[in-house]
Amino acid sequence: MTDTNAQTRMIPDRLDSRAARVLRSWEALLLVVAIAIFVANSFASPYFLNVWNLSDATFNFTEKAMIAFAMAMLIIAGEIDLSVASIIALASTAMGLAVQYGAGTPELVVIGLTVGLLCGAFNAVFVTVLGLPSIVVTIGTMSLFRGISYVILGDGAFRGYPESFAWFGQGYVYWVFTVEMLFFVIIAVFYGILLHKTNFGRAVYAIGNNPTGALFSGIRVQRVKFMLFLLTGLMSGIAAICLTSRLGSTRPSIATGMELEVVTMVVLGGVNILGGSGSIPGVVIAAFVMGLVTFGLGLLNVPGIVMSIFIGLLLIGVIALPRLWAKIAERKAQ
Amino acid sequence: MLRMIPVREAILGSAILALMLLIASRFAGFIAPSNLANVFNDTAPLIILALGQMVVILTRCIDLSVAANLALTGMAVAMINVAMPDLPIPVIIVIAILLGAAMGAINGVLVWKLSIPPIVVTLGTMTIFRGIIFLISEGKWVNSHEMSAAFTGFPRAEILGLPVLSWTAILTVIVFGIMMARTPLGRSIFAVGGNPHAAVYTGINVGKTQFLAFVISGALAGLTGYLWVARYAVAYVDIAGGFELEVVAACVIGGISIAGGIGSVGGAVLGAIFLGVVKNALPVINISPFWLLAISGSAILIAVAFNAQSGRKKGRIILKSEEVPHD
Repeated sequence: MTDTNAQTRMIPDRLDSRAARVLRSWEALLLVVAIAIFVANSFASPYFLNVWNLSDATFNFTEKAMIAFAMAMLIIAGEIDLSVASIIALASTAMGLAVQYGAGTPELVVIGLTVGLLCGAFNAVFVTVLGLPSIVVTIGTMSLFRGISYVILGDGAFRGYPESFAWFGQGYVYWVFTVEMLFFVIIAVFYGILLHKTNFGRAVYAIGNNPTGALFSGIRVQRVKFMLFLLTGLMSGIAAICLTSRLGSTRPSIATGMELEVVTMVVLGGVNILGGSGSIPGVVIAAFVMGLVTFGLGLLNVPGIVMSIFIGLLLIGVIALPRLWAKIAERKAQ
Repeated sequence: MLRMIPVREAILGSAILALMLLIASRFAGFIAPSNLANVFNDTAPLIILALGQMVVILTRCIDLSVAANLALTGMAVAMINVAMPDLPIPVIIVIAILLGAAMGAINGVLVWKLSIPPIVVTLGTMTIFRGIIFLISEGKWVNSHEMSAAFTGFPRAEILGLPVLSWTAILTVIVFGIMMARTPLGRSIFAVGGNPHAAVYTGINVGKTQFLAFVISGALAGLTGYLWVARYAVAYVDIAGGFELEVVAACVIGGISIAGGIGSVGGAVLGAIFLGVVKNALPVINISPFWLLAISGSAILIAVAFNAQSGRKKGRIILKSEEVPHD
């Protein structure tokens, strides 16, 4: 969002201090928004400031955020995966099927993760080996993966998950802190380090900014993209385990439309939808913002479908407003 | 390049014929003319929407909000009909088209004026439109007994043995055939998708053309919204849920390149008919309709892989063309 005034290429003697840059960043703005929503919610409903309610509210974003971290890296690298919700459906169906044959919790976890990885690899082969655009491929696999779930389940449902399996989605680590929260923190730290502190992360930014340049500087572009699709699949597998464990049953319509919320979370977190920039802390705060908003609206008895209007507006607004802003500023400057 | 397109359509056409013969070998009644007319009528909404989507995809965009647009327009006209049963059908149709076009214009403006990626815009408007249906209907259904007889009768009225719904699809195909080949708008749609840089230098406004493509797609979604609700005589929040994927599938199967600039009216129509035949054949040959989603997903993947292989240029790409500026 800084490339609007390219006429005056003045290079300052001193760059802004680190603190000043942090203060003016998208993440800082987002944090202010998160705090404002938190305060507004506590005034709007007397039930908001209750640790158990707040603990329950984290389920609104933990599963989505797990996928959002991997999706953020994928979008930064200039690709997208719209099939994540369908991967959840397929992984959940596979686990449900395994339960019918008497699988225990460890087997279910292995199955969930494997199906996620396989789906990710399937997308990756089409995008990196055959060189097809990821939007079309994942629109196709979005139908295919969920379609397989429908073929297996029809209008039925799988139930009867073992009791120990409930730990993932319903368990508590300590007091109000859920198992999913623990996963969320571990995964957030993992992706924060992976994107911001490793060569792999640098390669992801390089690919998003200039794939040709990245190739010529020795980055194995297709291999990195392959890994990113695998990671997104794996995260969908983990999310499938958590969601299935929390719901205790599998229907083929599970997690419908979740891809939209994941993409919204990523974009809200300041990741450029065209690739090349974005950060994991941004996505973490965006996850909190979306979780707080849906929880607050839920307390006020706003139906889910009306909340989805809000999420749609958020997705478009977050991208549109800065561009509108830049346009107005440009017009004023002339 | 132009010489290749008829080949692709011929392949798809023969695939459809082979499919129909295969089905006929298990159930001969499927290829009876009356049944084929039914299949065509059933596929008519898909054909109409696929043509709208084709125009959008040709300009390097995508419209995922068509099904939600269809559902919202359908609900709106159904509610108008309940409130004013005496409103003549032509007025209803005009309202449906204008409403659909207005929603398409919202997508178009966001893409044109703010250069937001179309996939993001339409993913967003898709949920917004669905949500608005819930808001205006309060989650209630509009059932057949509430609608007027003229309202529900129109798409089923027969002219020369075919229902109006089928005729609407045929008319749309003809109009699009002329528009894409014979009008400046049609040519500029191809030009914008084929090479936006060159399009700018020939005096074509790229953003405006994309805007018009979205308006066309929206208007057709609106028209289909009325026909859909009137044909099935029911309107509720989730009608045509997930239909946008079928529409995109029809285009991709029909050989319309998602990278823009390549595609034909014939291809889009054949792609839609292919899906329509599959959809109608499944129950006939005793396969659960739940297979449809998986089949259309596989069809998208196979078609896009096939098209990419046939369209791949020889030699390695050393430098990619630079990004396209809007306006």
